[in-house]
Amino acid sequence: MSIILNKKQKKSLCRIILASVIFIFAVLLSGLSVIPAEYSAYAGFILYLIPYLLVGGDVLLRATKNIIHGKVFDENFLMSIATIGAFALGEYPEGVAVMLFYQVGELFQSYAVNKSRRSIAELMDINPDHAYIERDGSVVTVSPDELSVDDVILIKPGDRVPVDGIVIRGSSELNTASLTGESLPRDVNPGDPVISGCINLSGVLHVRVTKIFSESTVTRILELVENASSRKAKTENFITTFSRYYTPVVVIAAAALAIIPPLLFAQPFSMWVERALTFLVVSCPCALVISIPLSFFGGIGGASASGILVKGGNYLEALAKTDTVVFDKTGTLTCGKFSVTELHPVKMSEDQLLEYAAHAEAYSSHPISISIKDAYGKPVRNEALTDVSEIAGHGVNATFNGHRLAVGNSKLMRSLGISIDDSVRPGTMIHVSLDGSYAGYLVISDTVKPDAKDAILRLKALGVKKTVMLTGDSSVAAASVAKELGIDQYHAELLPQDKVSVLEDIINQQNKNRKVAFVGDGINDAPVISRADVGIAMGSLGSDAAIEAADIVLMDDNPAKIALALQISRKTMGIVKQNIIFALDVKFLVLVLAAFGLANMWGAVFADVGVAVIAILNAMRTLNVKDK
Amino acid sequence: MKKTFKLENLDCANCAAIMESKIRKINGVNNASISFMTQKLIIEADDSRFDAIVKEAAAVCKRVEPDCFIRE
Repeated sequence: MSIILNKKQKKSLCRIILASVIFIFAVLLSGLSVIPAEYSAYAGFILYLIPYLLVGGDVLLRATKNIIHGKVFDENFLMSIATIGAFALGEYPEGVAVMLFYQVGELFQSYAVNKSRRSIAELMDINPDHAYIERDGSVVTVSPDELSVDDVILIKPGDRVPVDGIVIRGSSELNTASLTGESLPRDVNPGDPVISGCINLSGVLHVRVTKIFSESTVTRILELVENASSRKAKTENFITTFSRYYTPVVVIAAAALAIIPPLLFAQPFSMWVERALTFLVVSCPCALVISIPLSFFGGIGGASASGILVKGGNYLEALAKTDTVVFDKTGTLTCGKFSVTELHPVKMSEDQLLEYAAHAEAYSSHPISISIKDAYGKPVRNEALTDVSEIAGHGVNATFNGHRLAVGNSKLMRSLGISIDDSVRPGTMIHVSLDGSYAGYLVISDTVKPDAKDAILRLKALGVKKTVMLTGDSSVAAASVAKELGIDQYHAELLPQDKVSVLEDIINQQNKNRKVAFVGDGINDAPVISRADVGIAMGSLGSDAAIEAADIVLMDDNPAKIALALQISRKTMGIVKQNIIFALDVKFLVLVLAAFGLANMWGAVFADVGVAVIAILNAMRTLNVKDK
Repeated sequence: MKKTFKLENLDCANCAAIMESKIRKINGVNNASISFMTQKLIIEADDSRFDAIVKEAAAVCKRVEPDCFIRE
């Protein structure tokens, strides 16, 4: 780890080192009692004043400026009063040491803040800095914001895709990791869309620009993450309000401590003034004011590096409180694509059944026909096929290798007078008859995403009490998916508007302190997404409507990301709570100890700057996102 | 009009919160937000007074944190 300091920090470091050296020298000199007794009081004062002014001069200066501007309760002022007070009481070493310690802490704090700012910037380093465009036969380098729609750009291997576009020539692999968190490269060929921010891995691509830079995915993502800090979580607002009252209250308590006990119990003022000064040192709420927003920002930054965009700290907070997750079925838990899921042959092998079905459907471009041909996987032998006739809404009749084939739904079989297996399966049943006798059926249905089951298990392990699935599909299909994935409840045969009312019922039944999240693919469930406490859109790379409606956007369509998002939100809120409790406890403890004279200024400086640094370091943990 | 500015040398989170609330109180400002982490200030204000508002906002920042200045 390299340490990079900016100019201001370097200056501060030099002053601290120089002041420390003089301070040690002063301590040694007064310890050795080489100074004649009649001068020692003055000599001590001057000896300690030099390092004090050296290290604390800017604090004193800023405090004075702030008082002129009418700002009293600021850190600089409080530190100045506390240290000047120590000098007035004749405790010179304490005065210098507190200032020195304070400055070391400030330096460390500023370093830690810069470091985390840089780490977040690195995570978000998806901004392309140049583009190549072909003009008059030669390739020119331009800035991405100079490109306009329909320009043809060149993307070389190793370069970032500068703007959204469509490949017109060339093929390559794209690394989408910085956008989706997915490490598997994506193949692109002519006709495929490419998204800005991805890195071109292998071949040169010629791409036609479809969106200008300011409307491209990469710009939208960066805007979204940067604006996220303006939607503050309740906890953040609480800290802001709290700090507004905390400092004045502690300062008033310090004043009371300095005046009341000496008057009541006739005790020496100096003792109580010292305790009061200790109070002042603890009175800055810095640890909280810095570390809480930093935690949220770190959490949001870490999430976006894994392809999870959170639109604000408030949504991260709400997600952490979620114990009911409602899913849309198609496109969210299932692939939204048809494929052959079951084969039930009668008096033949499964392969034969599939072969007959695939050949009968050879000329059809219906999604169901395509899924059968995909399942068959081998080229169809057109030469063996004759007399193909398609009957709309029923199926296909054909002759294949001299056999009469009929492939279609139950209506087709009934019209041919063939009795069929009338069991009900989830999905679409396609029956096959060969030379007038029943040969069995295939079931075609939407397949469950490979990670869906694992995602539900992980959500349950994270303490989600209820999982619900909403679908417009049939009850049979819904029941089978729900059973396969271990989903607690399902509502089937819903029209889009029904989904909103079902979700509202779920929200109304919910414990008010807990939240309901809805996950959809954002294509036709935008109203449901915006109605939920936390609306999550998935697979939304490039879909503007979904990004608009959702509170959290998953860049790819992997349901495991839902669990990861929940995990990140829980971790972030955990760190936020740790920091609040830790900072308040230490401060309160030091205040109580100081009131009884058990804590000195050293303890107070720790409670102020030390706690802030520890809280910042803790907050930086939010940046590390570990999957699973 | 909505515009984003960069805040250089913004070192104190508490100051950022104070700046934010003071900039919001400037006449003609509809909304203002400061992100301490990204060191960014977003001002939404009336077009007619925008330049004057930006000047006032810069003065506020300077007053709260003397080292801090606004950059476009």
